[in-house]
Amino acid sequence: MEDIKLLETIEKYLTGDLSAQERELFEVIRKNTPEIDQMVMEHSMFLYHMDNYTRRRQFTKLTEKTFQHLLTAGEWTLDNALPSKAKMIQLWNKYKKVTAIAASVAGFIALTTSAIIMYFSPSLNGNQLLQLSKAIEVIKKNQQAQGHLLNEVKSKVPENAKLISGGSGFLIDPKGFIITNAHVLKGNGAIVINNLGEELNANIIFADKDLDLALLKIEDKDFSAPKSIPFSIRKKITDLGEDIFTLGYPRNDNDIVYGKGYLSAQTGFEGDSSSFQIQISANPGYSGAPLFNDRGELIGIISTRQKLAEGVAFAIKSNKIIDLIAAVKEMDEKSEIKLKISKGNNASTAKRKDQISKYKPYIFSVRSYN
Amino acid sequence: MKAELNEQALLKGLANNDSKAVEALYKSHFNMIQHFVLNNNGSFDDARDIFQEAMITLYEKVQSSSFVLTCQIKTYLFSICKHLWLKRLHQMDKYSSPLSIHEESISVEEDIVVFEKKDAAFAIMDRALNSLGEPCKSLLEGYYINKKGMQELAKDFGYTNADNAKNQKYKCLMRLKKLFFTQYNIGD
Repeated sequence: MEDIKLLETIEKYLTGDLSAQERELFEVIRKNTPEIDQMVMEHSMFLYHMDNYTRRRQFTKLTEKTFQHLLTAGEWTLDNALPSKAKMIQLWNKYKKVTAIAASVAGFIALTTSAIIMYFSPSLNGNQLLQLSKAIEVIKKNQQAQGHLLNEVKSKVPENAKLISGGSGFLIDPKGFIITNAHVLKGNGAIVINNLGEELNANIIFADKDLDLALLKIEDKDFSAPKSIPFSIRKKITDLGEDIFTLGYPRNDNDIVYGKGYLSAQTGFEGDSSSFQIQISANPGYSGAPLFNDRGELIGIISTRQKLAEGVAFAIKSNKIIDLIAAVKEMDEKSEIKLKISKGNNASTAKRKDQISKYKPYIFSVRSYN
Repeated sequence: MKAELNEQALLKGLANNDSKAVEALYKSHFNMIQHFVLNNNGSFDDARDIFQEAMITLYEKVQSSSFVLTCQIKTYLFSICKHLWLKRLHQMDKYSSPLSIHEESISVEEDIVVFEKKDAAFAIMDRALNSLGEPCKSLLEGYYINKKGMQELAKDFGYTNADNAKNQKYKCLMRLKKLFFTQYNIGD
């Protein structure tokens, strides 16, 4: 009962419905009781969002009503759509041919050399972007090359399954949760391989194609869960020009590769505000690899590469991981996943090579099969 | 000079949820956006959605006391739509050729960031409200959105007196706040 009265008073105080005398009295109480001050702040925040919500909801309704009204009044016709559609088809046909040629060239390269690996998907963003996942031919080849090794330790990929795509990923929770790109997981099943070459089975928990992020969970008796994750996730924006580094599995063997560069733009391809642009020598296979700042905080996930400019890559901002986890938690309230968020003041002074050796066991090669 | 006055009047009307202002903005600018979206791989429905988002961005902007629009409404709406549409094309993996653009546009980066933040808060509140269930949802909507008094709500919901309604409202409010803040604090 007391609680109800208290909240009612706070609400009246915030909406200006207390008399001058009551207000004065309440302010004295607020000043001397931090708990009440805290409640006032929290409720004021809540009312602020509630107000915004109300205004926005009413305005949205108004726009919908207006639009519908004008539409039925015949304000707009759909006719002018026709010529442009024709133009689009023409463009697409032209573009389709180019893509087909490019795809076959890419296939040729992948089969004949093992140095440069390109994966070309016709559904990509035009021919300007190239997703950094590895072409499967090369993974297959790689398996043959390592033939006897793979036979000795039986592969965890089911016998009849075909490897479809691959990339990198990293642990964000000691219980075995791994983040990677959604486009790295083109198949139904997945395995991850650690920096010692050990394969582990993993379940695909969640994939968000819009964010291009996915969550895996290692489900394997051979997995020895670490006590904690050595790096934290940075929520704030990273500054232009800041030094960054990554660790991933871009090559067609199981060796982890270190790459460094700097942040070159706050936004991604064509001004996309959910990602940023980095200057780094990103090879195919770096897709899904973590990106760290100088202090070793996780600031992003490498995702796609602009085809023409060498060394230009894009990374999804790390706060999108936080969004992804929120979405997962919403679907499954029992989910035990916990994130380590940077407080912003735990500036690590560790040397880069120490950081790398500390982080290595948390970064995995990811392969997906059907 | 007259046109400028007219724009100011429109913005003022928009800030006050004036349906005439909203209608005038739709009438004068939706066609341009429709053209742009249809010419760039989108549908009529896409154009409707994008334009509505741009209208909301402008609406949120005119609410702020420090609001200044440094360009014509037309340019502003177009710039927002262009930005949002490019982003959506990129997400749908549909981006295939340089956009055909004939309109002038300005940088709206900051406004988009503000919009996205507010959009996220809006979505969180919406989900929180919708997962409350009845009678909580309608009770809280009645109080906070439709600004009804406790007496009136007690009558609407069949509570014997306003105190009972208050009790119920308190319980519902606590649940809503919990739902909202758990999500909000993660997503910040």
